[in-house]
Amino acid sequence: MPVEVRLPNILRPLAGGEPVVKAEGATLREVFDDLVSRYPGLEASLFTPEREMHRHLNVFLNDDDVRYLGRLDAKVSESDTVTLMPAVAGGAD
Amino acid sequence: MLVLAEHLWDRMVAHCLAGLPMEACGLIAGVEDGSGTRVTDVYPTANAANSARVYTVEPLDLLKADRAAEAAGVAVLGVWHSHTHTPAYPSPTDIAQAPDPAWHYVLVSLSDVEPVMRSYRIVDGRASEEPVALAACRDTAVQW
Repeated sequence: MPVEVRLPNILRPLAGGEPVVKAEGATLREVFDDLVSRYPGLEASLFTPEREMHRHLNVFLNDDDVRYLGRLDAKVSESDTVTLMPAVAGGAD
Repeated sequence: MLVLAEHLWDRMVAHCLAGLPMEACGLIAGVEDGSGTRVTDVYPTANAANSARVYTVEPLDLLKADRAAEAAGVAVLGVWHSHTHTPAYPSPTDIAQAPDPAWHYVLVSLSDVEPVMRSYRIVDGRASEEPVALAACRDTAVQW
């Protein structure tokens, strides 16, 4: 069950330069696992060493932030689009 | 070089002032050409950190800005944020958390009477300042 995964510029070199790739899975974790099997260089950008979702990554399932959908347990279906974006943060401290 | 229309600069400053006493942030979109980056729009965003010392671009605002830029045929090329009480230089936090070496990192300091803007590229943990040109919309040298 392929879903479309949109990648930010910073991750595209790790996925053959493609802005959009396909991946299989019924949950976000399965989609990420499939992505890493196709593009091993993405592992450190998607997962923590404990294989939780990387904290500097924003992940959207269609229009929703997956932090409110169960994170890696979020259910994914065929017509869904997963969008990955880097967390953007900083400050005077 | 970053080329920015005055009305976009005004929008950035207004968002920074409206956010006081907290840090404010937003995203810039534009196009790269041979002479630098021409900013075509700025997207004020919420500071999810709601802090006077740090900022986090609200994730859903980031998604909306990315889609708006794509629909306009441009791309999100950087971020701006205010320093409410320090100069417009990247802090260690700014440098450590810079997500993309291709982005422009614009700081707006509100620590003096007049807002001060500086823009940086941050690559491999090192920040280097780049020139910023403010352009009037009627400036024929700049195609909006």
